[in-house]
Amino acid sequence: MLSDALKETLRGKIAQGEHPREHAVDVMLEIQKRCGYMSDEAMEEAATLLGMSPLELEELATFYDHIYREPVGKYVIRVCDSAVCWMHGHLSVVDHLTSLLGIGMGETTPDGLFTVLPVCCLGYCDRAPAMMINQRIFGQLTPEKIDRVIRRLREEASFDEAE
Amino acid sequence: MTRVKLVETPQVLFRNRRPNRIATLEEYRQSGGYEALVKVVGRWSPAEICRCIDESGLKGRGGAGFPASKKWMSVPADGAYPRYIAANADEMEPGTFKDRMLIHVDPHAVIEGMILAGYTISASKGYIFVRPSYESSAAILEQELENARRAGYLGENILGTDFSFDIVVHRSGGRYICGEATALLNALMGKRPNPIKPPPFPTVKGLWDRPTVVNNVETLANVPPILRNGPQWYRNLAETEGSAGTKLYCVSGRVNNPGCFELPMGTRFSEILERYAGGMAPGYAFKAFLPGGASTCFLTKAHYHVAMDFDAVAAAGSRLGTGAVIVFDDRTCLVAAVLNLTEFFARESCGWCTPCREGLPYLRDLLWRIEHGEGKEAFIPMLRSMCKHLWNAYCALAPGAATPVEGLLKHFEDEVREHIIQKRCPFKV
Ligand SMILES: Cc1cc2nc3c(=O)[nH]c(=O)nc-3n(C[C@H](O)[C@H](O)[C@H](O)COP(=O)(O)O)c2cc1C
Ligand code: SF4
Ligand code: FES
Repeated sequence: MLSDALKETLRGKIAQGEHPREHAVDVMLEIQKRCGYMSDEAMEEAATLLGMSPLELEELATFYDHIYREPVGKYVIRVCDSAVCWMHGHLSVVDHLTSLLGIGMGETTPDGLFTVLPVCCLGYCDRAPAMMINQRIFGQLTPEKIDRVIRRLREEASFDEAE
Repeated sequence: MTRVKLVETPQVLFRNRRPNRIATLEEYRQSGGYEALVKVVGRWSPAEICRCIDESGLKGRGGAGFPASKKWMSVPADGAYPRYIAANADEMEPGTFKDRMLIHVDPHAVIEGMILAGYTISASKGYIFVRPSYESSAAILEQELENARRAGYLGENILGTDFSFDIVVHRSGGRYICGEATALLNALMGKRPNPIKPPPFPTVKGLWDRPTVVNNVETLANVPPILRNGPQWYRNLAETEGSAGTKLYCVSGRVNNPGCFELPMGTRFSEILERYAGGMAPGYAFKAFLPGGASTCFLTKAHYHVAMDFDAVAAAGSRLGTGAVIVFDDRTCLVAAVLNLTEFFARESCGWCTPCREGLPYLRDLLWRIEHGEGKEAFIPMLRSMCKHLWNAYCALAPGAATPVEGLLKHFEDEVREHIIQKRCPFKV
């Protein structure tokens, strides 16, 4: 169930445009920011706010790769596997990450912190191989750099929890 | 190899390029920014603007190279209102990152270009469509749009005239097909982003059935300097006869210094590679390149000195596309590279039409088997005929996907056959 405060925020967003469904992706991204993913209930409530049927919204949710219909980790790691990163050893990035985290592509760590997904060219080919974690880009990846990033995120997460 | 300073070539779109920061509104203004707006808004007629852009020879930078003025003029004079401008900053073609660079260097160049396009077709609203991995670009644009509004360049009664125009940033949920102009319109309207086959063209019936111009952000950023300095100045910027302006070339792959360089349109590939991209990475020799992104045909040693403009690259058998140059070396297997490209296109197909939805996985499967030692001689003609079928698809994604495969067979058939004969990839030790 979406909180009343969140619904109010979403109504405000939707009211900015002339056509409510223009904001379908925005609304889903906002819900995900608070709730992590689009549950069935969230889909229904969001559809109502947007004046769409849940099925119409589902058509979008299943199309876009940044909309999640099942729970994902706090940090979603997307590893670019397109041509330039491929040439610069994206496979070793995948190998290093999956063994470091102990999960396969498409899986989430048991502590709910990390999900690893493949992604198409991120538009940072000048810094291949590249990955994106939530909305941040990391390029020119080496095993050492990946270790550093993951360590920092683990610290950040335990800090968030202590707050 | 002689080292050449970048300042030797005129910088137009990148004139305010500084390490690690964007140009402020004030810096943009000091370098001539918003002069074009002041010059034409409320003074020039749309026809006069279109004539100037037409004489400049500006061609679209989004991949198809369509003349910008022709697109604008195809908005019917009696077309309905409100009208829209959509700036395409989706940029998901592997190898392409110029639009991100441009927005991070000088966001107001894009904003002013959009306002001028809006004025020309009497639009009242503009959308900038931004992909998820460019969240930093989206944030920059939102902040600078606010600055433009405060300065009176955007919003109600721009510069005290009766022209009103506003711009919003639209964040995408990700997927390559959203960059295709008609799919982008569906995405903006909150519909499933399948392409829509014209006619009617978006300039006649676009967003909510109203006239809509979709332009690449690099195309739009070229508009203010042309209107400010005139069409002849713009044509003179180019290296080659018959082409115009400068081009943002993105160079990636096996080079020393990958990056985005603003160079005269028609600069030779050899010069881009050796002078600007720092040559091949140590220990690697040049083998081939894709001149305009993942959906263009390979060019080879035979084309090493090709002038990188629309006509010369087309004459060499490929396309300038987005100007995204991917360089391949002699130790990279091109069957594996094309397999990777085909996987990209198969994954990003919207699934709407059968040739693409079924044909791309089929191509991928044949290439996978060849790369993994399970290929047969019969696969070569099968690849060729499947590529032909892809040209019958509903939108340009599938023909684009077929192009590198056709390029592989055209220039590197021997390399493909070597995989089949040896029953393994000859590049794997
Ligand atoms: C599959 C596909 C993806 C495309 N992606 C982009 C893109 O990301 N950015 C872009 O400007 N044009 C893209 N295009 C080209 C657009 O359809 C359109 O031609 C372009 O945005 C028009 O702008 P221009 O006339 O200024 O070049 C794509 C085309 C296809 C077929
Ligand atoms: S060619 Fe591919 S991307 Fe284009 S409409 Fe058909 S299935 Fe969709
Ligand atoms: S190919 Fe990986 S960022 Fe472009």
